[in-house]
Amino acid sequence: MKRRIPLIITFLIGTILIFSFFIPPMKNLEQTSTLFFDVIAVFAFFLGGGNLLRVHINKLRRRRKDWGFSSVTLIGFFVTLAAGLFKIANPGGIAASPTTEGALLQEIFTYVLVPLQSTMYALLAFFVASASYRAFRAKNREATILLLAAFVILLGRTPFGMMLTSWMPDSLSVFQVPNLAIWVMNSPNLAGQRAIMIGIGLGVISMSLRLILGIERTYLGEEGA
Amino acid sequence: MTDFDTTKIASDLEKVVVAPVSSLIASDHKYDNGESIDLLWVPSIDDRLVNGKVIGYKVYRIEDGGEPQMIAELASGSNAYNDQSVERGKLYSYFVSALSSSAETPSTKTASIEPQKEWLNFKLINVLIIALVLGGAVIYFIETARRGKKLFVRKIAGLEAVDDAIGRATEMGRPILFIPGILDMDDVQTLAALTILGRVARMIADYDTKIFMPVSRSLVMTAARETIKASYQAAGRPDAYSDDAVTYVTDEQFGYVAAVDGIMVREKPATCFLLGAFFAESLILAETGNSVGAIQIAGTARPAQLPFFIAACDFTLIGEELFAASAYLSDEPKQLGSLKGQDVGKAIAMIAILIGVLTVTIGEVWNVGWIQSITTKLMEMFSTK
Repeated sequence: MKRRIPLIITFLIGTILIFSFFIPPMKNLEQTSTLFFDVIAVFAFFLGGGNLLRVHINKLRRRRKDWGFSSVTLIGFFVTLAAGLFKIANPGGIAASPTTEGALLQEIFTYVLVPLQSTMYALLAFFVASASYRAFRAKNREATILLLAAFVILLGRTPFGMMLTSWMPDSLSVFQVPNLAIWVMNSPNLAGQRAIMIGIGLGVISMSLRLILGIERTYLGEEGA
Repeated sequence: MTDFDTTKIASDLEKVVVAPVSSLIASDHKYDNGESIDLLWVPSIDDRLVNGKVIGYKVYRIEDGGEPQMIAELASGSNAYNDQSVERGKLYSYFVSALSSSAETPSTKTASIEPQKEWLNFKLINVLIIALVLGGAVIYFIETARRGKKLFVRKIAGLEAVDDAIGRATEMGRPILFIPGILDMDDVQTLAALTILGRVARMIADYDTKIFMPVSRSLVMTAARETIKASYQAAGRPDAYSDDAVTYVTDEQFGYVAAVDGIMVREKPATCFLLGAFFAESLILAETGNSVGAIQIAGTARPAQLPFFIAACDFTLIGEELFAASAYLSDEPKQLGSLKGQDVGKAIAMIAILIGVLTVTIGEVWNVGWIQSITTKLMEMFSTK
């Protein structure tokens, strides 16, 4: 029964969502099922928060390796929670939104969270460089083609690329580096992406049918039927 | 003798009066649940002239014979409006006023309509037929496989490597890291990742290898725990399972990345699985995994992230391979049958692309009308608009 109920729910909701795409009066049911998911997700958030606290409090209490990081996590968690819950330093008082300018929660967001997020995001630039270095080594035919395509696109997106081939007459403008870059992006690249998208679409249909028909049950913690 | 209000007359004379709109038509919006009405009109003659005096239009609605209410203000040149705030079973009348800089001229006639619901969206009948063909093909091949027919499925390198990757971690005595993307359980990629987790967890339970699975969604945490627990039970080692294998970190994208990178650097996993929906964090995670010397098997259905995984990981499941993974790893005939059904879809796509390329080329080069109409029909066949 523990497994059968989720399977029935999956079948019903899956079928409703498919039919609602074609049957206009069922549109509301689609919205209702999506709303149900949101409600469940909100309750599950407490599970997540509880788990986070349990893991880090245990680590701190038992002085496990790297427990210092756990103390930072816990301090951050409780300070942010208190700032939002009690609306600490809120210019509009308890009645105003905790995201008002000057409120502690908003200050934490602006001066702690956003810079930290930006820092992590900024790492991407360095990782792109290191990954490109490895990917673009001309070790075989495919990698050489990739290297050439990347070279054309990188050059085509810079003023230097334009300058390099601007002397070409209009009749040969298709061979100017910026135009070559556009061609690479719009023709071979787009064709490849669309092929992948068609595959993904078909894969989603097949996977969804396996889930709806109850053939695929691994996600419920059960071997396939 | 009548007293004239000369100020009022002067004011009226100064008003710029424009011609009204004409031929106002209200019609039920097709293929909906009776939730919207389409209005169409011919713009005021003063709007169609160069330097016309019309500055815009106001749409008024009368609900069940009540008072007129202004429901929209549109720019000059407008000739249509879709009212989406109506209810089925009520009669609505509309009129449209043309606006000048100082006056408003209502249309001479009102248009009335009661919204109706349709039971089937006939605009999507082409999609329905394609869906039925594809769904039918998948079910047919599942049944064929169920009857015992051997089906050929090509080898997928990334999935062939799963055994070796887990074996490597076991031999090195280092953990496995499994990242199921950063979206919730309502995303099919997360579900695909969890189905793969079920197969991976079974091997982990057999080999007694340690697994770390930091997640960014609470529901994923709960589902992943159930999946791993069931795999340990199936392997006959329920006592070896611990809830600590799956931990919730944060919903915040880059906060999650920071935590996972930290785990990678500290725990130095021998194998990383990056399977599911990824965004900008894909390369940060994959490059950190690469820097700690882990074997990495990645897979996503987000084309924009695939190049990053291909560049930074040892094996990448490209798009559909992610969804095929669970069936492939299970080796169950029914699941493999569903993969075979996809091939019918691919055949349809290939034939349609081939015909499309030929008709567009011939139609453009020789300008043949009937061939161009085939192209149009083909585009309509695969359109959802």
